[in-house]
Amino acid sequence: MYTLIKDTLLTQVRTLWLVFRKLFSKADTVEYPDVQPYMFPRWRGRIILSRDPDGEERCVACNLCAVACPVDCIALQKGEMEDGRWYPEFFRINFSRCIMCGFCEEACPTNAIQLTPDFEMAEYVRQDMVWEKEDLLISGTGKYHDYSFYNVAGKQIAGKDKGEALNESPPVDVRSLLP
Amino acid sequence: MAKIVVDGVEYEVNPDNNLLQECLSQGLDLPYFCWHPCMGSVGACRQCAVKQYRDEEDKDGILVMACMTAASDGAIISIEDSQAKDMRERVIESLMISHPHDCPVCEEGGECHLQDMTLMSGHNYRRYDKKKVTHRNQYLGPFINHEMNRCITCYRCVRFYDDYAGGTDLAAQAAHHHVYFGRHQDGVLENEFSGNLVEVCPTGVFTDKVFSDHYTRKWDLQSAPSVCTGCAVGCNTTPGERYRSLRRIVNRYNSEVNGYFLCDRGRFGFDYVNSDERLQAASKRVGGGLQAFDEAALSGLLTEFADGEMIGIGSPRASNESNFALRCLVGEQNFYSGLADDEQEATQLVLEMARDQAFHSPSIREIESCDAVVVLGEDVTNTAPRVALALRQAVRNRSLDLAADCNIPAWQDAAVRELAQNERSPLALLSSYASRLDDVASDCVIDSPAALAQQGFAIASELSNQAAAAESDHGDTVKRIAQQLKAAKRPLIIAGTSAGSIALIQAAANIARALHESRGAAIDLCLLVPEVNTLGVSLLANPDNRLGSALSRLAAGEVKKAVVLENDLYRRAPRAAVDSALAKAEQLLVIDQFETATTDQADIVLPSTAFSEHEATYVNYEGRAQLSFQVHRNYRGARPGWRWLMEDADGNVEDLINRCAEEATAFAKLDDLLPAAGDFVASMKIPRQSHRYSGRTAMRSNVNVHEPKQPIDDQSVLAFSMEGIPASKDARLMGAAWSPGWNSNQSISKFQDEVNGELKQGDTGTLLLERSGSGQWYSAPAQAATPAGELQVAPAYQIFGSDELSARSPTIRQRMTDAYVSIAPKDAERLGLKQGDAVSLNGNGSLATACIRTRIKPGTAAVYCGDGQINPHEIGDSVALTKSDVAGERSLSGLIVSDLYEEDY
Repeated sequence: MYTLIKDTLLTQVRTLWLVFRKLFSKADTVEYPDVQPYMFPRWRGRIILSRDPDGEERCVACNLCAVACPVDCIALQKGEMEDGRWYPEFFRINFSRCIMCGFCEEACPTNAIQLTPDFEMAEYVRQDMVWEKEDLLISGTGKYHDYSFYNVAGKQIAGKDKGEALNESPPVDVRSLLP
Repeated sequence: MAKIVVDGVEYEVNPDNNLLQECLSQGLDLPYFCWHPCMGSVGACRQCAVKQYRDEEDKDGILVMACMTAASDGAIISIEDSQAKDMRERVIESLMISHPHDCPVCEEGGECHLQDMTLMSGHNYRRYDKKKVTHRNQYLGPFINHEMNRCITCYRCVRFYDDYAGGTDLAAQAAHHHVYFGRHQDGVLENEFSGNLVEVCPTGVFTDKVFSDHYTRKWDLQSAPSVCTGCAVGCNTTPGERYRSLRRIVNRYNSEVNGYFLCDRGRFGFDYVNSDERLQAASKRVGGGLQAFDEAALSGLLTEFADGEMIGIGSPRASNESNFALRCLVGEQNFYSGLADDEQEATQLVLEMARDQAFHSPSIREIESCDAVVVLGEDVTNTAPRVALALRQAVRNRSLDLAADCNIPAWQDAAVRELAQNERSPLALLSSYASRLDDVASDCVIDSPAALAQQGFAIASELSNQAAAAESDHGDTVKRIAQQLKAAKRPLIIAGTSAGSIALIQAAANIARALHESRGAAIDLCLLVPEVNTLGVSLLANPDNRLGSALSRLAAGEVKKAVVLENDLYRRAPRAAVDSALAKAEQLLVIDQFETATTDQADIVLPSTAFSEHEATYVNYEGRAQLSFQVHRNYRGARPGWRWLMEDADGNVEDLINRCAEEATAFAKLDDLLPAAGDFVASMKIPRQSHRYSGRTAMRSNVNVHEPKQPIDDQSVLAFSMEGIPASKDARLMGAAWSPGWNSNQSISKFQDEVNGELKQGDTGTLLLERSGSGQWYSAPAQAATPAGELQVAPAYQIFGSDELSARSPTIRQRMTDAYVSIAPKDAERLGLKQGDAVSLNGNGSLATACIRTRIKPGTAAVYCGDGQINPHEIGDSVALTKSDVAGERSLSGLIVSDLYEEDY
């Protein structure tokens, strides 16, 4: 009889007590969206394309993000400026496929593609989850403030002649006999 | 066979080769840069270091360069030895000292031999913190990009361009760490094989400019094994497609046909496929204009049209399948090959020789092994360019013989060249104007085609008493050529139909027959035809069905309907004859890729697919049938020619090939080309897309986020997707060559039986023609007199422009030249012509530019017709030239000939 009371009645009372006690502790949930959660800077959320410190597009359309993407949700086409700078003619991410794994960011040799803490990307229409370059490209440098790919690459572009990149000596004069 | 031990494992190898080649043949991974299977070793890069041991007792060993060491019997080497590995890592580290940080913006990235070898050697961190050497780039023309910073000075480019392909305008300049590979100044790379630099260069110094304009990484290209349709050699290619446009063509190895190299027409002459000028929809003529059919009308179109007798005109640029389907539709008696009458006659003669057991049609590989060559009246560089490259190797057989006498192995490239200096196997060029092979020729005879034929007959009569005697103006030369042929181990005679002279082919046959009489063996007789399927369509059509008679039957009103398949009749017959025939035809149906003068006359125009958009077979100059797979789909209204011509719209190309093999004589072996579905794992398809194909779920998502179903290919064993079993082991069906660790085209060695040998599961095509019986001797025709004041005509050709379809490609157009007429300075003076003047031909409205050349026989005029600028059938055997007042915009720019008369005339 005692066992029956202990196993049924007392445990019920204990449960009620525990729940009652929680009335006086601080709530863990927040009133999203009125209250915004703190997102860590390295959170893998919405993908952006960033710009060089001098304001030019960082993406050189090397296609490494696209090939690293496990769900194949990035498509782009290389274009070339008059001065030899490569850029994406179009750059498309199908966010309805994206799994926010961040492989694209890891693969990017120019720090162009970056994941941001923004996760609020829900849409009523699935087609709206397809983002083009205009939607992805931001006006700043994102997480990496100083890096400019063309300053280390050997390719000549407007404003950076041959031999002016990092660790480069001036172009060789082929007709010179001097060492 | 020799036995060598590599890292404790014994291998059977060929002692005539070097260790590097044999290690690669055995499937071992050993990094290299400067060595190339076709160009031998020079030991320039020091990358293939291995440890060699004296004997089993020797534990220390010495470091040797595998490419410079013979694979002699009993050699014991180690690739894995730590000292050897360390040396390779240090070597690549030093090669990379000045290599720019360019990979993301380099067209070579992802298929770069330097990337592969760096990874293989284990070098992964740049320790050198001093300055990098930099270089200025050059403009090298519309085909090739130059980015000299990326160079690792392996010297492969100049060894290919100068030594292998005979170019003169690319050189290694300066010294030590300033070494520069380029031209003496900016300008177009003149050699016809410059495109191979893209594949020969192990890194991104020379890249494909056309490809860069719509660049895609190798792994993103959808590709399939294809065959080049630029000329009758039928080189094997791998076209690559992305985002519904054809992006590039690279070489596909075929040990018998093209080996490792393509010509620039084949590599760059493809972008007409993407052209907006292509015909898009099936349409009919209503009033003056064309109006597209609706779907319903289209289905009943053929049944309605095919009621009653009609003439079918095929085409040498259409596949066997399309021509065969047309033949089935109109009946054999009404099917015409579509070749011009004189060309048809010449081609029939070629076919006759191809069935004669006294002769043998050599493949490109076989041409390279010939040691005495006579070229009779054929400008091979411009009509079958890959043959010209093979001839440059053929003349090297003398130096290989000399080297063998001195115990120098053939792969010791620098030593062999040093030893031979200018010693070459004899190559006699009998042509109407200076050719691009003159620099390696032992004899050049420049004369009119008729006179050249006489020389040919004279050579034959020198060789055999049975051959008819002939007059010769070049007695000594003729005797010398005859002697050279007699002394050769493997003589070769080359002629063709392009000079428009039957006598030349007959003379070539006489020479070969004379050699056959004395030797008993089949003699190499290479007869060239101009277009990709000239032989195929000639085998399908009745030899007596001449285009001229088809046109007169139409003009006489005997037949009211005609179907023209991928053929512009205005390029095949005089304008007046075509006009009168087409005017009389009540119903004219034309199938073609582009608008032409013929489609302008058509009542019904149906668009057809380009070479990369259908599966097809073609027959090359040897009679070798080859299968070309579909690479991508046509997203507009075009269909393969055969599909328009068959009642059953769901027809399968494989069924058609099987039917052609059954029904068409000479095509019995055509179905050998088809891969059997049972050969594949679980009968699964072979994907056209690589295993790293990217963007699958995004490339069409701008149109609709719901991905379309992968298209099904019900025509072939390949799939338009990544699904299936990749052909990573089956070389027959391999689009792009790839092997783990080997992303560049050098991975082909993993698919070869031995390096530079046949592919495993090798499929080199099927020789269709069987030889039986022996033909006759020919006698020299009487020389026709040229009317006073006129010049004898020799047709001239250009690699860029003489092929109708590639001439539609924007890239090729940048290198094309306008119609010209080449004359000697003496004739120019007589006619009062200056370099670049407009000239009227026969006063019939045909205009050309005067091109005064030193090396042309006075009294002859070499006429290049441009891309349809002059109708060659309106010019007879001789031509009267008058200076024209028409101030045209035509010029000689783009013309690369060495003998242009420079003096101010």
